[in-house]
Amino acid sequence: MNSIILLTSFGILNLFIGFSKSKKIIMPLVLLFLAIVFVVNLIGWNDTQTYFERMLTIDNFAIAFTGVVVLTTILVLPFAQRYVDQQDESLAEYFSLLLFSLVGAIMMVAYENLLMLFVGIEILSISMYVLAGSDKKNLKSNEAGLKYFLMGSFATGILLFGIVLIYGATGTFYISEISSAATAQSNNELTSPLLGMGLLFTLIGISFKVSVAPFHFWTPDVYEGTPTFFMAFMSTVVKAAGFAGFYKLMSVSFAGAQDIWFPTLIAMTVVTLAIGNIGAVAQNSFKRMMAYSSISHAGYLMIALLSFNDRSENAILFYSLAYSVSTVAALGILKIVADQRDDVSYNAFNGLGRTNPLLAAVMAISMCSLGGIPLTGGFFGKLFIFSAALEQDLLWLIILAILMAAVGFYYYFRVIIAMYMREPSGERVQVSALASFALIFMTVLTFVLGIAPGLLSNIL
Amino acid sequence: MITALLLFWPALAGVLVLFIKGQNAKRAAFGAAVVEFVIALYAMLQYQPNAQVQFQYFQPWIENFGINFAIGMDGISLLLVFLTTFLVPLIILSSFPHSYKNPNVFYALILFMQMGLIGVFTAFDAFLFYFFWEVALIPIYFISAVWGGERRIPITFKFFIYTIFGSLFMLVGFVYLYFQTPGAHTSDINAFYQLSLDTTQQSWIFWFLFIAFAIKMPVFPFHTWQPDTYTESPTQATMLLSGIMLKMGIYGVIRWLLPIVPQGVSQWDGLVLVLSIIGIVYGSIIAIRQRDLKRLVAYSSIGHVGLIAAGIFTLTEHGMQGGIIQMLSHGINVVGLFFIIDIIYRRTHTRDIKNLGGITQTTPALSIFFMILLLGTVALPLTNGFVGEFLLLSGVFQYNNWMGAIAGTTIILSAVYMLRMFQGVMFGEQNANTVTFRDVTGTEAAVLIPLVIMVFWIGLHPNTFLSLTEPAVGHLLGIINR
Repeated sequence: MNSIILLTSFGILNLFIGFSKSKKIIMPLVLLFLAIVFVVNLIGWNDTQTYFERMLTIDNFAIAFTGVVVLTTILVLPFAQRYVDQQDESLAEYFSLLLFSLVGAIMMVAYENLLMLFVGIEILSISMYVLAGSDKKNLKSNEAGLKYFLMGSFATGILLFGIVLIYGATGTFYISEISSAATAQSNNELTSPLLGMGLLFTLIGISFKVSVAPFHFWTPDVYEGTPTFFMAFMSTVVKAAGFAGFYKLMSVSFAGAQDIWFPTLIAMTVVTLAIGNIGAVAQNSFKRMMAYSSISHAGYLMIALLSFNDRSENAILFYSLAYSVSTVAALGILKIVADQRDDVSYNAFNGLGRTNPLLAAVMAISMCSLGGIPLTGGFFGKLFIFSAALEQDLLWLIILAILMAAVGFYYYFRVIIAMYMREPSGERVQVSALASFALIFMTVLTFVLGIAPGLLSNIL
Repeated sequence: MITALLLFWPALAGVLVLFIKGQNAKRAAFGAAVVEFVIALYAMLQYQPNAQVQFQYFQPWIENFGINFAIGMDGISLLLVFLTTFLVPLIILSSFPHSYKNPNVFYALILFMQMGLIGVFTAFDAFLFYFFWEVALIPIYFISAVWGGERRIPITFKFFIYTIFGSLFMLVGFVYLYFQTPGAHTSDINAFYQLSLDTTQQSWIFWFLFIAFAIKMPVFPFHTWQPDTYTESPTQATMLLSGIMLKMGIYGVIRWLLPIVPQGVSQWDGLVLVLSIIGIVYGSIIAIRQRDLKRLVAYSSIGHVGLIAAGIFTLTEHGMQGGIIQMLSHGINVVGLFFIIDIIYRRTHTRDIKNLGGITQTTPALSIFFMILLLGTVALPLTNGFVGEFLLLSGVFQYNNWMGAIAGTTIILSAVYMLRMFQGVMFGEQNANTVTFRDVTGTEAAVLIPLVIMVFWIGLHPNTFLSLTEPAVGHLLGIINR
């Protein structure tokens, strides 16, 4: 709760700081704010608190995922250097929107009441609609903002409709009470068709937010148009918070009705894995590839969600963290390179290994982690997810996931090939000290997760 | 403790080499590799000839998953560690006449790869084994793809995707086995040995693990990445791939496939033998038709590995012992041959048999070295190849006479392509390419002499090595035939 209060007040404070002439202090201040929030959040560990008539519960689950999203935001921020250098008019607004959207993310992982889930998703989404279109003079960014807004608000509408139907069938918004009402009479059967309808609509709404197929169509277009800086935030924070919320809903409210939603979700998982990975292969734009890659990782996270046992929570947490760190690093480097070479395709990275060894090394390690090669966090993320699923006898799904992971190596390694084996296509790229520091930190974190996964593998 | 030292020294040395500028990096890397070899020799002297896993080092890694950092060495591990630590300094030394760009990265990657290889041969925990299995792949991919020949990018990419695809299956197999262990799960190798799986399960697991190992070796028909990759890689990478990395696959079969799913093996061993024997004949016949020397040796390698695989899958003591000793011999011979090809290529800038000839006239020393290594490969008695191939063929004959007879053609066929190569390259008329051919230099002799000594040592006194692995092989066969 403290983190919600802090983030909100910092966000408002930050808007006022935006009136000052010097834009230079904004970024260090926001980083300081976020560091404070990160620490304050962790102080509440092992101390479960409920707020607003039990509508929010800050337990270890919420704290852990809050930690992930706040840390991810801290890591994203250093790549805003260019906005700072250009004295961008709206710098304070951008950062405040990021802080506000974090409030939404925290509500999504801490909700105990479906209304809170809805409010959280809305807070997060509305900030994202604005940020997607924030590059006002760029037609693609405008398109992205509008597209995301239209489709996103439609999906939110469906989600809300689903929540209302669930309320109609069970008479409550509290997820724990829904659970008892939903499966009161017999096991594995919903009490009313109304509830089934509500569940379906809720699933559709959330699936849209975390870009699970077949509700993923917006993802490549929107991510491509969104400024890379905000795409780094969107593709990590929204996904981590969305999956945490998704898992909480399914595990608390509808655990008893597993037979009903299981076939649907499993079909969605298969389609997501296939579309994400095969779609990524066909891309020539690195940015678009990363958009498809985010769909494919949603597929892996779905496997953890589906396996639905005591390993799932930890697997989702570990995977989100490993995925977020590597994705932020990759997109951060894309932003640095694309800003100076004016190109978001694979060719932008040609010869980076020679002109910028540090950037290239960090990028290569991030790609290895996203692909799931040992020594990096991504490997244990995949291992934990596969373990969770195998315990549930989902062997065939794992085999499919493995085939898709092999496809994944194809597109992740294309950028490595471009960096190390092709002739440089431009001058040395300038990197700010802060961004370099953030990149090194992320690399270290990736290795720590890959060498000592025990630190995090069982904390929930 | 020695095992941990063997494992971490190359990694540490690799990191240090990264910071050495210019061509001094190669000297530093060579020094580090020699130190590693001395440590391995010390371990061999300390080794007690019994079936126990020795020099164990155990550290919980991911405690709540029962995954441990468990390394150690029995006879089989020790022999392969010896092979690795013996070859890596020679491979580094063999690169001295080259001046690769970014030498610090090149040599650091070789040392990192050495760490991965040692890890594979000493790991006694399934996930640790998988971990090092992949760790060994990344450096060699970069060595081949960055410093390789013209068509290196697509070819090494194919190699990378192909092998990683196989190893992912192995990972699934391990995760499945992990969940079959009783109680709080563990990935310890002895727990895997004690599993009681039914025949269907074993049959499935067999394929999950076998595909990974078969691609690495490579067994026909999983070999399609191999000739191109060997040809396009820089010589040092080819040596690492053929001399050591290929043994990872065979070692995996011996340690992680046969004892864990013996019933699965007994269901499929006929098929594997047939595939291996097809590989022997197929690789040899294609080798006869090659004009590019590197490709020729690459295809011959498919033939030799086919015989090793066939011998091991007979599950006889002869086959196993022969396979293990042949791993050592093949590593030594193939590295020597690739080095001689490298010498020829550096002086004439061609590897085409048609453009070579008459080299013997100016190079008495090189001709002798070449002939000895070649005869070792052809398995002439008194050379190392003979011991291994004799035991292997004896194993295959015990399994099935017909298969033994067909596998035996390897000796004739390898004589055909090897002698044809020698004839085309070394004898005949000198031409513009070879008329000024210089004999071996001091550095080159320093690489070849240890190899030739080993050819004779194994050929004349194989017991030094056979006695090393005998108890461990007996122990494994005991588990398999339980």
